[in-house]
Amino acid sequence: MKSTRLAKALLQYGGLVTALVLLIAFFSVATDSFFQMGTARLIANQIPQLTLLAVGMTLVLVIGQIDLSVGSVMALCGATLGVLMVRHDWSLGSAIVACLLAGATCGLATGVISIGFRIPSFIVSLGMLEIARGTTRRLLDSNTLMIGSDVAIISEPVAGIALSPAFLIAIAAVLAIHFVLTSTVLGRYCVAIGTNAEAVRMSGIRTAPYAIGVFVISGLLCGLASLAPTSLMEAADPGAGIGIELSAIAACVIGGTSLMGGRGNAISTFLGVLVIAVLQTGLSRMSVEDANKQIVTGGVIIIAVLIDTVRRRLEKTT
Amino acid sequence: MQCLLSARGITKRYGDVTVLDDVDFDVREGEIHALLGANGAGKSTLCKIISGLLPASCGSMSIHGNEFIPASKQVAEAAGVQIVQQELNQIPTLSVAENIRLTRMPNWLGITRKRQLAAKARLALDRFHLHDIATDTIVGTLGVGRQQMIEIATALDRDCRLLILDEPTAALSGGETRRLFDHLRRMRAGGVGIIYISHRLQEVAELSDRVTVLRDGKHVCTQETRSLTTDQMVEQMSGTTANKHREFRSFIATDSADEVLRIKNFSGGIVQNVSFSVRRGERLGIAGLVGSGRTELLRLIFGADIAQQGSLDLGGRLFEAFRHPRQAVRAGLAMVTEDRKQNGLLLDQSIRANTSLCSLAKCFSIGGVIRKRREREAAAEMVSRLETRCDDIEQSVGTLSGGNQQKIAVAKWLVRDADVFFFDEPTRGIDLSARRRIYRLFDSLAEAGKAIVIVSSELEELIETCDRIGVMSAGKWMGDFERDSWSADAIMQTAFAGYATTEPVG
Repeated sequence: MKSTRLAKALLQYGGLVTALVLLIAFFSVATDSFFQMGTARLIANQIPQLTLLAVGMTLVLVIGQIDLSVGSVMALCGATLGVLMVRHDWSLGSAIVACLLAGATCGLATGVISIGFRIPSFIVSLGMLEIARGTTRRLLDSNTLMIGSDVAIISEPVAGIALSPAFLIAIAAVLAIHFVLTSTVLGRYCVAIGTNAEAVRMSGIRTAPYAIGVFVISGLLCGLASLAPTSLMEAADPGAGIGIELSAIAACVIGGTSLMGGRGNAISTFLGVLVIAVLQTGLSRMSVEDANKQIVTGGVIIIAVLIDTVRRRLEKTT
Repeated sequence: MQCLLSARGITKRYGDVTVLDDVDFDVREGEIHALLGANGAGKSTLCKIISGLLPASCGSMSIHGNEFIPASKQVAEAAGVQIVQQELNQIPTLSVAENIRLTRMPNWLGITRKRQLAAKARLALDRFHLHDIATDTIVGTLGVGRQQMIEIATALDRDCRLLILDEPTAALSGGETRRLFDHLRRMRAGGVGIIYISHRLQEVAELSDRVTVLRDGKHVCTQETRSLTTDQMVEQMSGTTANKHREFRSFIATDSADEVLRIKNFSGGIVQNVSFSVRRGERLGIAGLVGSGRTELLRLIFGADIAQQGSLDLGGRLFEAFRHPRQAVRAGLAMVTEDRKQNGLLLDQSIRANTSLCSLAKCFSIGGVIRKRREREAAAEMVSRLETRCDDIEQSVGTLSGGNQQKIAVAKWLVRDADVFFFDEPTRGIDLSARRRIYRLFDSLAEAGKAIVIVSSELEELIETCDRIGVMSAGKWMGDFERDSWSADAIMQTAFAGYATTEPVG
């Protein structure tokens, strides 16, 4: 029993782990500054934001929907946190609660409108992207709002384990979403809805509450994600997370999540985030120009999906 | 008669699995050659190879003595081979005319010539007396039976020397089937060779000249149809002697007040003011032509479509017409849907996930967390109880044969359990042994005191399995026949009766 589970895990994650090891090996040989604790710390600080957004996106993609608003919603959550702490003297704790509520509300709005009225979530979340970004700029008067060192603790290493709360939150979110997808009724319904929503309905299950719930979870994770950059910079940035929704989708897809719905795995998504982070960091260490970095990153995404697709097709025919 | 297609040693392997093993097969000019076999015998695979949809692993073919290597469907079509597949291959968002002429769109420098397109499509439709279908109708808005007719009309509109029909009559009404047969006979007289696959042996006996039987991917025999009875065909297919008539037992509860489901005044869509009732242990069949509103009626009762009016009495509990299947399921209804791929199964998911779907929240979870061991046990039990052929319960349902898929679609409701089971075309496109298994299931459900409603386009099936048969015609409930007083003739008469009064003939 144990050994078959191990074999299964190897089969599922083996490809991504291999790719990751190869990337690390490559950058370690190519530069002498890569294989160091400093790099690991840098990456650990970088990834919580993308990880949290990407696992939420995994859920959304599994039900066959998409949420393009996550970057803007995250900025809005950060702005909410900053404004409440600076201008209204809220404590960090209560500001975080408000920040999560803001995220969940945006998710709820996207979910209710797109699921309730059967409008493609691509369009609704695109609208939400603009609304949330505009609101963020309104709140912050388009300027970066310095919050101060109160929020910094979220990104500072906890004594003894050298990991920041933000990183731990991200890992906890990965494990939680993994558990939801593999072991709960909600997760099973999500996979089922993404596979064939009409069959789920004809089985006597109401699909809308679950689908809307997924958007709310995604919004909540946007709120959590906003804590990472806000605490790192000790400021709320009106331009936070521009374009990050595409990186989140890329991480999901590298992890083998289907854009058609019905297939997705949170741990694979996390490995996808790591691939992107290692690539970004490694390329900067090699002092690759930004323009070339973009080209390489794009190439890696396409190659990863290509390999995954071909492998899946081979599995099907044999 | 001259040999049209000659295939020698056709073999198809998927990895270690051989689905066609060294099959020889000939079709003459001007003959209708029936291809018989249980599901998984390799009929569809053989036809796909001939029509260029699948490459053969080995073997050779020739047409009129010239070597024939169908590398793609286009190559096969150029050689005059046309296929009508079991699955519908229409593009639902395009119009009827555009579907019919899809590969031969009349155009001028790429601009569609609409009038010519409509005229040519009209011609193809009229050949089948499909006068009532407008050429600009969007295909997706038509029923399955109509779509099937358009599919056949499309294939026959192209010139061909060899026509392959894979279960063409599964969704057709009696009249449509007759028109199809007339046309096939005309084509035969014109020298076209026709390969005909059907589970309906009566059709095969009536229509075909020769019969080839496949079993487990191997060629069993090729014989003149005249020299075989339908029973002998079944024997050849199964390799054993089939017992023709099973004994019929009634399980109807003796207390006539024991009506578990009473439907009152259901209307919606084509369905007009239908009322009927079912007793515990009773198997009620609903007969009628395709388009008479049988599926629509079941969907209205189940809450899949919204009824304009209607109420139901479930063992003493009164309900207004349901507005979502969830209400129906909670009240004790279960429905095995007509199109298992569209709205019955999660094809890409495992047998386990499909089996537990309806009852996940009810039986297989605590506080929202799935009890995986119980789930696995239930799925495994269903697999063995329904004799589902599969590797293991983690296999995805899409890889199973039609009959085994249907068993999964049924299993999920058996796990959930209900007082009333609706079966909509429960044996469409599935082989004999799976069919027998489903019939036995009707018996055991009835014996357990469940009420069963079966919609089927095959009257013989209802006559074999049901206690009572209700007939629908043009959306109306025309009445019902008890087992001891029915005749196939009377039922068919009734099925046509509704149309005579509502529509002018012609």
